Formats: sequence, C-alpha cells, structure tokens
Amino acid sequence: MMNGMGAGARTRITGKVIFMGYFDGVYAIWVREIIVFMREKERVISAVVTPLMWIFAVGGGLGASVQIQGMSYQMFMFPGIASMAILFGSIFYGMYIIWDRKLDFLKEVLVAPVPRSAVFLGKMLGGMSDALMQVTVLLLIGVAFGFVAGLPALLLAIAFSVIIAACMVSLGLIIGANMKSPEGFNLVMSFVMWPMFMLSGALFPVENLPSYIDIIVKINPLTYGVDLMRLALLGTSKFGMLYDIGVLVFVTIVFAYIGSKSFDRMQI
Amino acid sequence: MNEKLAISIEKLAKHFGDLKAVDGITLSVQEGEVFALLGPNGAGKTTTISMLTGLLKPTRGSANVAGFDVEREPLKVRQQIGVVFQQPSVDDLLSGRENLDMHALLYNVPAKGRRERIDDMISLVGLTDRQHAKVKEYSGGMRKRLEIARGILHHPKVLFLDEPTTGLDPQTRQHIWEYIKKMSRLEGTTVVFTTHYLEEAEQFAERVAIIDRGKIIATGKPHELVNELGGDTVLLKAKKSKEVAAKIRKMPFAASVSEKNDVVSAVIASSHKNLPIMLRALSGIETIEIRPATLNEVFIKYTGKGIREDSAEGGFWERMMNPNNR
Ligand SMILES: Nc1ncnc2c1ncn2[C@@H]1O[C@H](COP(=O)(O)OP(=O)(O)OP(=O)(O)O)[C@@H](O)[C@H]1O
Ligand SMILES: [Mg+2]
Repeated sequence: MMNGMGAGARTRITGKVIFMGYFDGVYAIWVREIIVFMREKERVISAVVTPLMWIFAVGGGLGASVQIQGMSYQMFMFPGIASMAILFGSIFYGMYIIWDRKLDFLKEVLVAPVPRSAVFLGKMLGGMSDALMQVTVLLLIGVAFGFVAGLPALLLAIAFSVIIAACMVSLGLIIGANMKSPEGFNLVMSFVMWPMFMLSGALFPVENLPSYIDIIVKINPLTYGVDLMRLALLGTSKFGMLYDIGVLVFVTIVFAYIGSKSFDRMQI
Repeated sequence: MNEKLAISIEKLAKHFGDLKAVDGITLSVQEGEVFALLGPNGAGKTTTISMLTGLLKPTRGSANVAGFDVEREPLKVRQQIGVVFQQPSVDDLLSGRENLDMHALLYNVPAKGRRERIDDMISLVGLTDRQHAKVKEYSGGMRKRLEIARGILHHPKVLFLDEPTTGLDPQTRQHIWEYIKKMSRLEGTTVVFTTHYLEEAEQFAERVAIIDRGKIIATGKPHELVNELGGDTVLLKAKKSKEVAAKIRKMPFAASVSEKNDVVSAVIASSHKNLPIMLRALSGIETIEIRPATLNEVFIKYTGKGIREDSAEGGFWERMMNPNNR
C-alpha cells in the first residue's frame, strides 16, 4: 500500500507536461460532462420533449390554417425548433454550473492544475456534445415524420448544429460563470432564452419585419443558426451559408474569449 | 523570501461585507512541516484555505504557496497543491473509481503506474469494495474518505486538508493520519490541516496556529504552547461554580480559568504544592480531577473561553452541506 512513494514519484513539471496536461485537462472535463449528461435521464428526456411539443402542438395547430413559403407550417418551423433545442440545451447546460457551484463539485475543477481556459474548453466541448445528442435525437424523429429529407440533409444539419452549439454553449457558460445563485434562472429565461428563440426567425420568416424587430433579429446570433438549419433541411437560406457560418464563428470566438475570462475570475 | 518556506502569509484578510472572516493573519509554514490551523466553528479556517488555494480573492494582504504568489500566479500554485475540502467535492454521478480516474487525468498523474496508484489510494481509505458504486450511494464518511484519496493521489507538494477526519471513525482516522505523516516524511510533503479537534492537532501537528474570529492568537509546537501554561489542568465540580471560578481567578498560581455546567477548569502551577492551598480556600467542592494541560487551556488563556463552547455544529459550511441535494 505504501509503494509509489519517494521523492522520484512526483511528476516534474516540464513544458511538455504542461502542454499535454492542458489537453488531458480538457479531455477529462469533457468526458465527465458526457458521463454526467448520459446518467441524468431526466435531462435527456426533457431536452427532447419540449421541442416535440412545439412541433406537434403549436406546429400542428397553427399549421392547420397557416402555410409559409408554400410549405406546411410544421415543415417550415422544424429547422427553427431544432435550433431552439440547441439554444435551450446549451443555456441550461451553462447554468448547471450554478448547481455544481452550490453543491461544491466545481471546487475540484477550480483548484486543478490546468489553466481555466482548459476548464472552459472542456466544459464547452461537453456542452456541445450534450446539445448535439439532443438535436440528433430530434432530427431522427424529424426523419421519421418526413421533416428531414434523407441522409445528406440529416448529416448537413448535424454538421451545422456543431457550429450553432459552439456559439450557444459559450453563451450559456458565460451566464453560468457569472451567476452566483439559481434565483436568476427565471430572468435568464425571460430575457435571454425566450427572446432569442422568438426573435430568431424560428417561428416566422425574417422578411418584411417591422424595423424594431428586424434589428433584434439581425443581432441575434441564433438567427444565423436557424438560417443554416433551414439551408440544410429545406434548401433555402436568406443570408447564405458563408455569411451565416462567418457570423457564428466570429460570435463564438468573442463569447469563448469572454467565457474563458469569466472562468478565470471565478471564485467559490 | 526564505526558500525553505512552503507557505508564507502576510497580513492576509478576507471580509464578507462587515464580517472580517479572516482579519489580517501572518504565518509561515516550513517545507515538509505538518501544520495545524486550530479553531472553533466560524474562526476563518476554511476561508484561509480558500485564499491559499486560489478559490477566494483576499481582501487585503498576500500569501505565497510553494514559492508562488496566490494572486499573481494562481496556476503555478495550483500545480503544487492538493486540496481536501471540508465539504466533499467529489462528483455524485460518477463512481468512486471514476472520480479518481478523472482526477488523475486532470492532475497529470503519469499514465505509467496510474492504475496502481489509484488502487493504492482506494485501499488506503478502505473503499475497495465500493469503488464502482456511484458516489450518490456513499455515506458522508465514505465521501470524505474518497475526497482524501483524491487529494493525495497526485503527490502534491503542499497538501491542504480542511477538517479531513471530521465524521470518520477513530480507526480510519488513525490509519489515514499515519499515511499522511509517512508521506510527509518520505516525500517532503508540506501538510496544512484545519481541525477543531484539539487532540488531533496535539497528536499530529508539528506546529499549530490557534485561530479565533479571524485572528491568530498563538502559534507554536503543541507541547510548547501547553508547557507555557506552566501547570496542570484541574477540574472542580461545584454547585456554586460561578463563585468558585471567581475565587480561583484571584489566585496567583491559577490561569486559564473557565466555568461551564457546574465545572470549573483552571491551570494550576506547581499543583502538588498549590492544590492543597487552593482547596483550603474553597468550599462546596464535590469532585476534583487533575490531568495534564491541553491546547484547550491554551485557547482559554487567550480567549477566555473553551474552544468548543460557542462552536455549535452548523457553521456556514455545514449549512451548505447537504449531500442528498442533487
Ligand atoms: N461566502 C461567504 N459569504 C459570507 N460569509 C461567509 C462566507 N464564507 C464564510 N463566511 C463567514 O466567515 C466566517 C468564517 O468562516 P469559515 O468557513 O472560514 O470558518 P471555519 O473556521 O472554517 O469554520 P468551521 O469550523 O465551521 O468550518 C464565518 O462567520 C462564516 O459565516
Ligand atoms: Mg471550515
């Protein structure tokens, strides 16, 4: 039991070790997040149920009398709801940090010998994985109901989801890292999640909008995510693929930078 | 700065609003030393550890751990330390073993020998049988043990243990302490632990700092602090204990006098000679007990009260602690 002791047993910190340690750290946190997500069945289930409610209750009900761009309303809204699933999943994920903080699981990570940026990156990859699993389930359901036409559309939608998730998870982590208690949860719902969803073109085309809505829609990064999803699933895009991806990547970089700094400042 | 110092703290303070949780403490710990921070609930022990490990920003003052400033080079500090938190921070949804696997990755434990090291740590804390169960299903003591295994897994240079053995049975306690002492001796690990068990500080710490209301009130080797009292502890049971205590306080050979539940405790110098004198001056004494003085009397000497008197369980951290919350 006492083996492994002696002065030589301690790792010497060298440049290489620190470099490797960075990615080991990212990897460790990433894996932890995936395991935790998979073990919390409630989280997986609720993540898929809400979007389905939108598609079948709102989409089915409204769709009975509304058509958009020459297609059924459900068909039109499906890419928007898939984007919503990513948004909600990501923001909830980011806010989970508050629970980790409250229940003390965060401390272990905060005293770990890796830069906080590695912690951020690990969390970001973890959140992206969670969001991807959720949206993939939703897309597969979409295949079954004919909202997703074929394998290429499915794969493209998943690929675009990676980009959207990177952006939204970074935002979620910024919120989570800066919130001290779960009490702010409702505020985030009211002032971030719902407006971002409502004003993203998920539920209506972003054409001929009143100017005050138009401005918000244009600065909302999710708008470009919805546009990408529509491109993948319906073959139409308002802004064009490169523009959408460019905006999302740029915003992700900004968010990731802010998030990483927020993690740096994080105390218990 | 002295290179032999593992930790040096200079006028360190942490205020929460008006509350001075840590009120300007100055301290140093030698490399390889086993050092105790002894104090009642709410004394500021955890807050101090949090600042030393970079989890809280000091309001004032500075601290240096393993040669690095905790505020300027927090990452370098983190690369040298291991922390066992008062409230276990192990992950509920992972098994005990998975927690250690994760930690090993996060802390750069070399892949070679990693598995054996984890096996050793699990068996050290007696969790071999339950290593694959989810931490959710662990008892409070088991969590604490896992937390300890995790804190020492990666051979830290400086090990912080915040009330490491609270809630553990005496046997496990002894066993874990033996290992930590041995580790400190063989690897030169500096160990800083907090406790409100006097015996634990007396028995395991080479040096101890007594902390109360955010201030260090005495520092030294336990036996030296006790010897400075210059006498034995005398416990007297009496109906009118308040009066008895008042009388004893006036006696020149008595020190550290305190009174609680009809029992008066005092440190009496040269008790073989002074005890008879004292008893002649008192009346209504029911029982009498003489024992060697302890750190509790040291604490009374500086604060006027016993270490456990106003330390009802349920400080800030205990209140936060509810393992069945998730
Ligand atoms: N985050 C916080 N916000 C406000 N007050 C705090 C906070 N953390 C600690 N305190 C207060 O600071 C004081 C010192 O607390 P600390 O946890 O350091 O004590 P301790 O010596 O570790 O006590 P215990 O033996 O109960 O663990 C207490 O009065 C506590 O209520
Ligand atoms: Mg404490």
